[in-house]
Amino acid sequence: MRHYQLAIIGAGPAGLAAAVKAYENGVKKILVIERDKILGGILNQCIHNGFGLHRFKQELTGPEYADRYIKMLNETSAEIQTDTMVLNITKERILSVISPLRGFENIKADAVILAMGCRERTRGAIRIPGSRPSGIFTAGTAQRYINIDGYMVGRRAVILGSGDIGLIMARRMTLEGAKVLACIEVMPYSSGLNRNIVQCLNDFDIPLYLSHTVIDIKGANRLEKVIAAKVDENRRPIKGTEMEFDCDTLLLSIGLIPENELTRACGIQIDFRTNGAYVYENMQTSCEGIFACGNVVHVHDLVDYVSEESEKAGEAAAKYILGDKTLNNKTIEIDAQGAVTYTVPQRMRCENIDKNLKVFFRVNKSIDKAKIIVSDYQKDIASFKKQYVVPGEMQNIILAKNQIENIRGDYITIRAEEIISE
Amino acid sequence: MICICCPKGCHLVYDEKSGNVSGNSCAMGARYAAAEAVDPKRVVTSTVRINSSTAVMLPVKTNFAIPKHMVMKAVELLNDIEVQPPVFIGDVVYKNILGTGADFVCTKTVNE
Ligand code: SF4
Repeated sequence: MRHYQLAIIGAGPAGLAAAVKAYENGVKKILVIERDKILGGILNQCIHNGFGLHRFKQELTGPEYADRYIKMLNETSAEIQTDTMVLNITKERILSVISPLRGFENIKADAVILAMGCRERTRGAIRIPGSRPSGIFTAGTAQRYINIDGYMVGRRAVILGSGDIGLIMARRMTLEGAKVLACIEVMPYSSGLNRNIVQCLNDFDIPLYLSHTVIDIKGANRLEKVIAAKVDENRRPIKGTEMEFDCDTLLLSIGLIPENELTRACGIQIDFRTNGAYVYENMQTSCEGIFACGNVVHVHDLVDYVSEESEKAGEAAAKYILGDKTLNNKTIEIDAQGAVTYTVPQRMRCENIDKNLKVFFRVNKSIDKAKIIVSDYQKDIASFKKQYVVPGEMQNIILAKNQIENIRGDYITIRAEEIISE
Repeated sequence: MICICCPKGCHLVYDEKSGNVSGNSCAMGARYAAAEAVDPKRVVTSTVRINSSTAVMLPVKTNFAIPKHMVMKAVELLNDIEVQPPVFIGDVVYKNILGTGADFVCTKTVNE
């Protein structure tokens, strides 16, 4: 059986950053496994710019961002195996993999980093009624057809969901000569970034219908019509508000799901809020020696944060491999309350934190002038002011070591409040 | 107006008379608001065909922002281009877009 110090599953932004960081921290025998033929993952089809502002202080396109990390990886001793699927992982860190080149084999690793990313929700996930003609794509699939394979997907399109991929595709379809009739969002707010609403919809006069959804799909072979309607507070369609769009294409941008089949099969604990593994302060999962980072843990808006989180996982995996076993200290759970829907990490061991801990979270409502409060029992141990928090944007706070050193209980809470000024 | 320079998306207010900008969190936002009010510009990204054994499409971008009203015309210039590999990130694919001085450059390296 081939044996590696570290096996990384996935060579998208998460896997690449984790590999580079683990190598820098002293791990030399690394295997990066990728199911596609090329490295870089989803970044390859994200040809628009806006990546890397935090990480490289520069605005890069997806392929350029990937290229930076691929170059860094090529300077390490890591082995890369593309066109290879991981079928199973065990708690003992034996990976079953299959590839056209080597067939089926088992590989043993001292540590594993899960970096499989996420996939798109499909029509079935939101149960749109109507017929089942061709012309209905998830936005990311359409993006791949257009940007990588060079096929145009349609001429007149409606986009359901205002997530970033949907917005980006509204612009992309327009630039390729299609007419985008509308972007329809069931929530009263967009889940995409403001800048994408401006650059991708407003720039091309594409209307955004908030609190609307698609209630019917018509067409025999090819999509012919999409019927949309306004929805009430409970997201139920309101009679009499129907609108018809004559279109041949419907793109769905209705959310992403971390791809955790391997994680689940391995018996690693999954957080139902994120659909990703529960992770500790160092991105270790509930299974010793198995770490996770990037969109397989929780869906990010910015690749820069994926890289940052993955570097943390790479560094922690290196520590683990090289024998730093001080990791099993007292665990403190981080409990998301009120408008805070989840945190990553979900648990921490304070002794393992060097200087500070960045905690990512999301909120379920917009708050102008917000205060994020961290408490230990009744006592507030830290608070952070934010100009605003919105559901579409992942937030973070940085807890300093001295703020969390003397926690009395076995959990802390984090909540968001509105600052009310007189 | 909403700043598009970074994902934060600050809400900016531009005072036409004084030229003052408020609501920005950084200097980039102030520059953006003034430019957007007078002459809005965008970086454009698209693809061209490539005659390669490993790829069908080659991603490209404008190396500078070009006036917003030229965006649709600019991408049309790419329709008939087919690039021969090898190409490297930053190689010019189309020079001087519509007299703006900006070029389309490729954003991916394709060796063969
Ligand atoms: S003003 Fe600065 S921080 Fe705010 S969106 Fe613009 S670039 Fe970003």
